[in-house]
Amino acid sequence: MIALLGLLTACGDKEGGNKAKDKSNETVVNADPMQNKGIGPIKELILPATIDEELAKTGEANYVVKCSACHKANKKYIGPAPAGIMERRTPEWIMNMILNPEGMIAEDPIAKQLLIEYNGAPMANQNLTEEEARSILEYFRTLK
Amino acid sequence: MKTLIRVSFALMTLSMVMSSCVNNDNSNKGALSSNAAEKVYVAPGEHDDYYAFISGGFSGQLAVHGLPSGRLFKVIPVFSVDPEKAYGFNEETKPMLNTSHGFVPWDDSHHPDLSQTEGVIDGRWCFINANNTPRIARISLETFETEEIIEIPNSAGNHSSSFVTENSEYVVAGTRFSIPIPQRDMSIAEYKGNFKGSLSFIKVDPENGHMNIEFQVLMPGFNYDLAHPGRGASHGWMFFSTYNTEEANSLMEVNASQNDKDFIAAINWKKAEEYIKAGKFRTVSSEYAHNVYDESTHTATSTMKSEVRVLDPADLPGLVYFMPTPKSPHGCDVDPSGEYIVGSGKLAAALTVHSFSKMLKAIEEENFDGEAYGIPILSYEGTLAGTVNQPGLGPLHTEFDDKGNAYTTFFISSEVVKWKLGTWEVIDRKPTYYSVGHLMIPGGNSRKPFGKYVLAMNKITKDRYLSTGPEVCQSAQLYDISGEKMELLLDFPTIGEPHYAAGCPADLIHPKTKKIYKLEDNKHPYAAISESEAKVVRDGKNVHIYMTMIRSHFAPDNIEGVKQGDRVYFHVTNLEQDYDVPHGIGMIGANTSELLIMPGQTETFVWEPKKVGVWPFYCTDFCSALHQEMQGYVRVSPENSNIELSWTLDGE
Repeated sequence: MIALLGLLTACGDKEGGNKAKDKSNETVVNADPMQNKGIGPIKELILPATIDEELAKTGEANYVVKCSACHKANKKYIGPAPAGIMERRTPEWIMNMILNPEGMIAEDPIAKQLLIEYNGAPMANQNLTEEEARSILEYFRTLK
Repeated sequence: MKTLIRVSFALMTLSMVMSSCVNNDNSNKGALSSNAAEKVYVAPGEHDDYYAFISGGFSGQLAVHGLPSGRLFKVIPVFSVDPEKAYGFNEETKPMLNTSHGFVPWDDSHHPDLSQTEGVIDGRWCFINANNTPRIARISLETFETEEIIEIPNSAGNHSSSFVTENSEYVVAGTRFSIPIPQRDMSIAEYKGNFKGSLSFIKVDPENGHMNIEFQVLMPGFNYDLAHPGRGASHGWMFFSTYNTEEANSLMEVNASQNDKDFIAAINWKKAEEYIKAGKFRTVSSEYAHNVYDESTHTATSTMKSEVRVLDPADLPGLVYFMPTPKSPHGCDVDPSGEYIVGSGKLAAALTVHSFSKMLKAIEEENFDGEAYGIPILSYEGTLAGTVNQPGLGPLHTEFDDKGNAYTTFFISSEVVKWKLGTWEVIDRKPTYYSVGHLMIPGGNSRKPFGKYVLAMNKITKDRYLSTGPEVCQSAQLYDISGEKMELLLDFPTIGEPHYAAGCPADLIHPKTKKIYKLEDNKHPYAAISESEAKVVRDGKNVHIYMTMIRSHFAPDNIEGVKQGDRVYFHVTNLEQDYDVPHGIGMIGANTSELLIMPGQTETFVWEPKKVGVWPFYCTDFCSALHQEMQGYVRVSPENSNIELSWTLDGE
């Protein structure tokens, strides 16, 4: 029975594997950093034209506590500097990197590449809420 | 799918055939029979159905096991220091082990009990007693950490403890030894009539669990062995077993075994509350420590208290009654309905079962058989519900299932005996290996037992495991009690002496457990909740390092300006906010090896550098792929040097 179950799961895996392959083909297509939305809870995020200064301020406070041990605004540190990130990545990708670092490092081509570039130091999941991540994104918009 | 069902059916049949073969083998390896292995097998990655909180006996701790697998998950440090958890070694937890006798690093933990609401286990707290230097501890079942310890004054050998009433109004702690109260210099030979025993009622705050000794009942100079609360109709009463009603003070094994009957003391604690309200208490001076761990500061504080309220039953009618119970009763156990109180006379041939309703009637009719130190002794026949005759040798402790059955351990004849409440007939008996003490049915001390398993905790292990020299492992055994006959399923090793246990279904606790401490809630006075707060501050000879840790570096990691003769406090905050990402820290020459710090938590150790040089510290818990890179240096200069205090990370 165990063997039989094994067979069944093996079949399942195969199917899953095929699907994953399809998906990875898809992500290769989306490897253009300004198209790639990453993998995670955020599918679509349209930013308003103007920066919400209040929100950016909250974001900075959150960033200092939860992120600054590994990221400096204008300097490569444990991880990349967030200044200018809005020109390099989509807002969805940034949000997903904050909210789903494990999934991104495992599957997203840009995140995978960054992991190698940054000595294999994986981005920590700091268990931020979507709201907190959004405030940090707003703070990133203010960085020059 | 059809094939799958057919194949599994065939396999099941085959395994049944195979196991029925084994069934014919009448060896003492009961667990080989039928499908015992399947019943205790919890597949990799799957969870047990029950938590079992098993006392660590002379280790002073509390072990958390899963049932039915018997797997050990955590040893919660309670009354002893524990290097694995830094308990009693870091500055934050040292106050937890403070007592009126000073810092006591090691005690003996005995009887855990779980908090209840309306007579049912609610999964909030676990209480356990320190036997040697009398204390009661409260453990949070969200964090699985000891949150509070209160010392019990006027007590010695805190054995009839810790047992919780059905709304966790009180946890009780009864003295085993009687002593002079207040303590004084007097002749031991004058024991009789002069020594007293105290039974403490500790109020539990329903909001936060905080404990306060509400009152003590001052009893005659007997020994008080175990206790259990009334429930249902008997809610409001607490029952304590007594021995040494002879009031002997030497060669107790002979001199405390003279009387045909000792007592179960019935305390009406609702009456006690009335007397307290009416001001009928005395205030006695006695020093005792009250230690509380605050989760937001991650720090414990110890406060010394100086007095306690005492009630004297000789002056307060209706407060205490004695129920004669044969031969030095140990267990004193109340069934789920609250009607039956089972006394296990250690040296008696029968188990004695008292009836609560008959007890009330005997009180009402003043059906007394004398008095002891002003406390009425109820007539033995007046309260007797029945006896279980010749059930075994050396009855010790009884728990109950949800089908009207009781299970009693027999120490001398090494067995668990199942018998029926009301008819008092023995239904089944199974051997234990060996010399069983207490047993535990999850919820067995509540209105709602979960009668699937009984756990027998043995005093002797002998040949049950691979030998480890003269000192062999301690062990427990699990029986399936879902059927008419009990079935031995599993032996498993435990820590210390598994004295007693409490258990409950996992879903009462597991979903509510804490995963991380939130950084924003961290109110530790020396916390650095971001790298920008990391710093080093000198205050005379004291140097305070506000340090942070995250995968995979410390901030700061280069520190200079520390001098010989300084006291260097490392206050280290883990900035991680993800489940199960602790970091550790060890500093060469420090008296600690590893402080394992949970996400969002701050812990402190003190280092007194004795030698000039540059000394490394490092992360002691394998935290990440770059764990071996997680390290730093402290430069120690001579006492008279003028090197300024400085600290950096990556040159900044």
